[in-house]
Amino acid sequence: MSIASKEAEIVEEFSMFDDWTGKYEYLIDLGRSLPLIDESLKNEDHLIKGCQSQVWLDASIDEGKLKFKGDSDAQIPKGIVSLLVRVMSDESPEEIVNTELRFIDEIGLKEHLSPTRANGLVSMVKQMKMYALAYQHK
Amino acid sequence: MIEETKSIELDFNVDEIRKDFPILHQEVNGYPLVYFDNGATSQKPKQVIDAISKYYEEYNSNIHRGVHHLSQIATTAYEKAREEIQSFLNAKELAEIVFTKGTTEGINLVAQSWGRKFLKEGDEVVISAMEHHANIVPWQMLCEEKGAVLKVIPMSQSGELIMEEAKKIIGEKTKIVAVMHVSNALGTINPIQEIIQLAKQVDAITLIDGAQAVPHFMVDVQELDCDFYTFSAHKLLGPTGVGVLYGKKEILEAMPPWQGGGDMIKDVSFEKTTYADVPLKFEAGTPNIAGCIVMAEAIRYWKSLNHEHVKVYEDALFSYAVEKLSEIEGMRFIGTAKEKVAVISFLIDGLHPYDVGFILDKYGVALRTGHHCAQPVMDFYGIPGTLRASFSFYNTFAEIDQMVDAIHKAKKMLS
Repeated sequence: MSIASKEAEIVEEFSMFDDWTGKYEYLIDLGRSLPLIDESLKNEDHLIKGCQSQVWLDASIDEGKLKFKGDSDAQIPKGIVSLLVRVMSDESPEEIVNTELRFIDEIGLKEHLSPTRANGLVSMVKQMKMYALAYQHK
Repeated sequence: MIEETKSIELDFNVDEIRKDFPILHQEVNGYPLVYFDNGATSQKPKQVIDAISKYYEEYNSNIHRGVHHLSQIATTAYEKAREEIQSFLNAKELAEIVFTKGTTEGINLVAQSWGRKFLKEGDEVVISAMEHHANIVPWQMLCEEKGAVLKVIPMSQSGELIMEEAKKIIGEKTKIVAVMHVSNALGTINPIQEIIQLAKQVDAITLIDGAQAVPHFMVDVQELDCDFYTFSAHKLLGPTGVGVLYGKKEILEAMPPWQGGGDMIKDVSFEKTTYADVPLKFEAGTPNIAGCIVMAEAIRYWKSLNHEHVKVYEDALFSYAVEKLSEIEGMRFIGTAKEKVAVISFLIDGLHPYDVGFILDKYGVALRTGHHCAQPVMDFYGIPGTLRASFSFYNTFAEIDQMVDAIHKAKKMLS
């Protein structure tokens, strides 16, 4: 499934909620099914900078497709990580490097795009792309 | 609790006072704004806001050297502001009031000017475990440069300094003791008079970070007998970008200039430059003229309030908030000192402060979350940060109810 179609799927899911409470409850719920990073990898190297909470991310490659795992000690960032992982996992490094994610804005979570939010969403996307870039050149 | 307060017949009416603060009357996400982040910055009364416009509309001019009319007015207002602050702190001399960008700059000024000249290798600088980064980093930088040693007075679980340890730590090698008057993260009021006396016994000088003290009570620097006292205008109803460093005249005179440039000089030639007297020696360049003048206006507003009643009211807000918050399951207060200002840092078991703070914002409630520029405090408690409600005299009991209600909703969403 392409990144674009996964984004479209997410946009449709979120469109079922009229207000922010529904959206955030759903986001928090989605966070609970995030493929979890190994506890042993929760170190400085895997920590995303720029988040007020702790967010860890790890990537591995399998038959040319990147697989992401992550975790956070806060629920809303964890929900955001899970959305990003859902969209970016099982894609080639090229796809990930070249993608311009639109869904965050479209599901009405635009506030998370602001750098002052201290949730590091921009940093998370950047880190995923860095992993993709690294695997692209391996 | 509320009935008790009413019976005291407060000299100020909080609803009337709130009319002076235009920013408080707005909605956030459809809810009335509940501004409980006063520890980060205070809101400004219309009198202060108007003073800024008045300055730029009527008499803006560069100060100190102009012979023309506007320059005379601006200079008079600027120096009058300095007098007001001298009176505010009860400083002995006008020359002891140095205008700065704020508390952080004041501390850096002392660390770099006094520190570079008087600190030697092996000397000790004493701070406390609850300091804001502004009163840690400048000393770390100085100690590294000079080969001096940084010592830290420890604190207890309740968020109080352990004075028995302070007595051991402040010793023969101590050259300066730099401690916060009130903790921004915990609300603790520190026994600085005792600390200042300990420092005097070993001939060490003292610097007190008063940023979180001056918004809550009057400070008398002669009574304290500290050598330096710093604060920022923006936490005391004034504009950002301006503050005060009070320093005893003899010490300021002995210190080398910090920043070089105009205003801090007597004569300049390529062969030799001589420096101005204090405080101008430490005020290089065109200052934040409007800021300094308006800071005095803010202090005038603050002084016009009955401070005894302000204290009673803030204490009542604080007690009410603690009472209501205590009813929430899983509530954990961080910083439970006997002597506190109206600041409450807390956590709810199992919930990250970021998540709670984020949802509270959706209900119009502004708390600060995180480490509050006091990472060592958070490390001490083994926590990622806290939610902090810091009150001012323009907050209300109804606002506390709104916050508590929002916390219940946040808990439901996050559990």
